[in-house]
Amino acid sequence: MIYDGTYQGWLTAVFDSYDYKLNEVCFLKEKTASIPLFATPHDVITDEIKATRVMKGLKQRLSAEGLKNLYKVYLSEEEKSEEMMWRFVKYVFDCKENIEQNFSNSAVWEVKKLAKKVKREAHRMEAFVRFKLTKDNLFYAIIDPDHNVLPLISGHFKGRYADQRWLIYDARRKYGIYYDLETVTTVELEFKLEAGSAKFIAEICDEREEFFQELWRRYFSSVNIKARKNMKLHIQHMPKRYWKHLTEKMPKI
Amino acid sequence: MVDSRVIEKLEILADAAKYDVSCSSSGSKRNNKEKGLGDSKGYGICHAFTEDGRCVSLLKILLTNHCIFDCAYCVSRKSNNVKRAAFTVEEVVDVTINFYRRNYIEGLFLSSGIFDSPDYTMERLVRIAKKLRIDHNFNGYIHLKAIPGASDELMKEAGLYADRLSVNVEMPTEQSLKLLAPEKKHIDVIKPMEYLKKEIIGYREEKAQNKKAPVFAPAGQSTQMVIGATKETDMEILGMADYFYQQMNMKRVYYSGYVPISNDGRLPMIGTPVPIIRENRLYQADWLIRFYGFRVNEIVGFDQPHLDLDIDPKLGWALRNLDQFPVDINTATLEMIKRIPGIGHQNAKKIVAARKFNKLLPEHLQKMGIAYNRAKYFLAVPHPFSIQKDFTSVQIKHQILSLQNSKYKSDFSSQLALF
Repeated sequence: MIYDGTYQGWLTAVFDSYDYKLNEVCFLKEKTASIPLFATPHDVITDEIKATRVMKGLKQRLSAEGLKNLYKVYLSEEEKSEEMMWRFVKYVFDCKENIEQNFSNSAVWEVKKLAKKVKREAHRMEAFVRFKLTKDNLFYAIIDPDHNVLPLISGHFKGRYADQRWLIYDARRKYGIYYDLETVTTVELEFKLEAGSAKFIAEICDEREEFFQELWRRYFSSVNIKARKNMKLHIQHMPKRYWKHLTEKMPKI
Repeated sequence: MVDSRVIEKLEILADAAKYDVSCSSSGSKRNNKEKGLGDSKGYGICHAFTEDGRCVSLLKILLTNHCIFDCAYCVSRKSNNVKRAAFTVEEVVDVTINFYRRNYIEGLFLSSGIFDSPDYTMERLVRIAKKLRIDHNFNGYIHLKAIPGASDELMKEAGLYADRLSVNVEMPTEQSLKLLAPEKKHIDVIKPMEYLKKEIIGYREEKAQNKKAPVFAPAGQSTQMVIGATKETDMEILGMADYFYQQMNMKRVYYSGYVPISNDGRLPMIGTPVPIIRENRLYQADWLIRFYGFRVNEIVGFDQPHLDLDIDPKLGWALRNLDQFPVDINTATLEMIKRIPGIGHQNAKKIVAARKFNKLLPEHLQKMGIAYNRAKYFLAVPHPFSIQKDFTSVQIKHQILSLQNSKYKSDFSSQLALF
């Protein structure tokens, strides 16, 4: 199944797989498509009606949380996650009752586990976003998450920062979410490399921005208790891969 | 505002506040009102973690570290030679709002040394909270220290703006308090706690009747005890904690391992290691009491007044009560499954949900992320023909200990030798 990479597209692929009575299916996103040996390729044309029908079937058999977990696995963008979702969906449709808590079944457990991983990173991003204020009153932040978590955190930031314009940009996926005091929209843009340079920040940022960053860095080091140093725990909670966008872990500019 | 002076003040007043261990930002639901700033979802967020591994959720500062008291355990004691500073109301509000807008913090935890009088100090804390809520429509989290001796009116106002209030008991027993803070008595902290308890319950009942009624400290009250500065046993400490949970409706009791801060003959010398493991065991015991249905006297008793340092209290209980095991996870109650070492609260619930579908075997448990190597000694074996050896509690303890590798291992022997 070669689909366009969207959730709707994947749901359509599920519909087609049932339509053709397929059992062993593998999923490929268009741009990456290199078709495995002995497989018959099928181009999925994303179809809202087909996707909605699959969704409706899932809704009848899953709780809201179960449905959301499936979506989180899709957002994980991990290798073989679509096949994992397929095994789960097949099991869901095979049973009359809701099976999402049958944790001794591998198809259920895999989904639960990966969904948890995605949820954890979404929660981390709610914590690790660091806004910088620009001269034209925009709070912007850059993140680089392993999973595509922006769709999961947009509601949190909208609810919280209702009175400020903000933009959170996913540097890996090259898109962001932007809130204009009314609604959150998805924006595609290319951040220039020099966005992190001192000169650039001084040019675009509010005059007190640097002061608050410095204040935060000093605060962060003041609350540390040296007699209790535990770097292992520190890194476990704040993995190094996130440091490059954390103000308190960046040297002074 | 002179920026460099604010930076210096923040360093002094954050440093002085860091021994207060509470950094919780959970337990309060506060929605964003009329497109204001912030909300509290009910679950806390740790925005950063210091190099000692502790969570940074709130801007935790003292309004001032000037203090009229001379409590030996406190870094801000009158006779201690430290730099002193004081924030203005405006400065605290400005830093809080600007940190919050940048997503650095969940809110403010404001405490203070006592200058002039309790009322004078408390009035300023309340004024800051009020300014944040009213002038800035701030819906983030606010934790205020309730200053013992402040008037009921100020306490009441504090509760209407803050999410949580806390009065720290600091010393687990009256004798220790007498030794280290002769100016204070336990009753000084018990009185405001009782007042807060009464108000919290009163407002909650009113809220249940009338949805529009105001909330009063919706995240409840908490307190803290310093551990290892004085001679209390874990039994005394947990007994006191239990009293706070039962009698004062405390949301949380915090345990703060004493960090030596001065050369005072009454206290451990500078350089004495912080009792980190003991503190950790106390938190584990605290969790067992709050979430696992354990009673204090199941965890510590006169024959065993201290918690084991080398094993956690749940394992300790299981080893003393081998007659309660093995447990068959396919039939046992949730309460009993929660008592099996290696199976936590969440996993116990998953087991109960999953066993409805089919009988759970050891391989299922391993897959579900349960610490099977720890739990296996306490599980009834579902295969009828497999052999289970009967181990003694000493054997089980050694086998489990050989599996784990703690960076604090070397500390166990020396600390154990003391008892």
